Amino acid sequence: MKPAPFAYAKARSVEDAVKLLSQHGDGAKLLAGGQSLMATLNMRLSQPGILIDLNGIPGLDGIVLNGGDLAIGALVRHAAAAKSDAIARHAPLIAMALPHIGHPAIRNRGTIGGSIAFADPAAELPACFLALGGEAEITGPNGARRVRADDFFKGLYETAIGPDEMLTVIRLPAATADRRYGFAELSRRHGDYALAGLAATARRDGESLQDIRLAYFGVGLTPVRARTAEAALASGNIEDAVSALASDLDPPDDVQETGAVKMHLAGVLLRRVAAQLTGARA
Amino acid sequence: MMHNYDISLTVNGEPMTARVEARKSLVDFLREDLSLTGSHVGCEHGVCGACTVRVNDEVVRGCLMLAVQCDGARIETIEGLSDSGEIADLQDAFEKRNALQCGFCTPGMLLTAQELLANGSTPSRDDIREHISGNYCRCTGYHAIVDAVEAVAHARNGK
Repeated sequence: MKPAPFAYAKARSVEDAVKLLSQHGDGAKLLAGGQSLMATLNMRLSQPGILIDLNGIPGLDGIVLNGGDLAIGALVRHAAAAKSDAIARHAPLIAMALPHIGHPAIRNRGTIGGSIAFADPAAELPACFLALGGEAEITGPNGARRVRADDFFKGLYETAIGPDEMLTVIRLPAATADRRYGFAELSRRHGDYALAGLAATARRDGESLQDIRLAYFGVGLTPVRARTAEAALASGNIEDAVSALASDLDPPDDVQETGAVKMHLAGVLLRRVAAQLTGARA
Repeated sequence: MMHNYDISLTVNGEPMTARVEARKSLVDFLREDLSLTGSHVGCEHGVCGACTVRVNDEVVRGCLMLAVQCDGARIETIEGLSDSGEIADLQDAFEKRNALQCGFCTPGMLLTAQELLANGSTPSRDDIREHISGNYCRCTGYHAIVDAVEAVAHARNGK
């Protein structure tokens, strides 16, 4: 199908984009990579009055190590992130997730910020952001503010970003020698949205894992922390951790699978990811 | 209400200006306004890959990018790549190995395959399958397509 008519404005700066958002209110949508938005418009699931194109805004495509944080500009495209040495070294979890996202043509356009701001519950990057305990920089009429990943996802496609605000930077704690990362997903075909997936981080402390963060995707309305399983895994018992998932997750049925199957897959993923976390660092 | 905007761009090496409606996709602009009908319209939501074109040297979904976003961009379509001879060996290999039947997916498949081979590497069959995983073919079962791309990768690298 073709989208319903809309107007178009190219934002020249973050301030310009925020001003346009304030002017047009609910009728406006921000256009970054467009790989989810354009499909939604083509299917007429959404009919905005105006698209505000962010693609020409300079300064939002940087990847910069700043102290202990890696700052990733919201407009960094998946393909650019996949080629980035800084991402490979300082945010290996993101590097592990990127090849699973869509296909080459999608990754050439899709952006890191767009994926996290859109907050598709089955998408990889929102879960990685949550697993890493990152921070989102959100800019509005009163300037920039920061929101922790644990407070960012509010509901289905709902985030802490206000109607007159935009996501500008994602900050992730840079990898250190004692950090471990795990990522796995199960999908019917390569590049499809996952039936279920898991992004995880932990701190290796001698023989044990501490500060474990397990972020599931494809099993709820948002990416979901499995906190009971995190605690069980920290005490070193994988079987207890898999059992604990029953109190952490309650996956609804969706078009791809039943909740019961997703629950089973969550356990399969946990065993695989726990093996990655405890294994030697690649 | 119509929202029209002026753009200037280069299509297959030819500079041009055009006035486009904001909601018009790049692939519809190429097909309807420029009569470049080699790029096809399949699913219109980014799944099938039939609309694959090159924008500033990268393959993109022509249905997920707006024509109005292409102001200042360099667009290349199957017509341009075909005329320049850039993918003549891929086209020959597709024909020789029956890597197409109806041909609907072929322009997108060729552009995607060319992107994989453009860096001069010799990808494995798994790499090829993964790279074309976003381009659907309902005729061939993909095997002959992988054969053709693999053959060209070997030939280009003198293997």
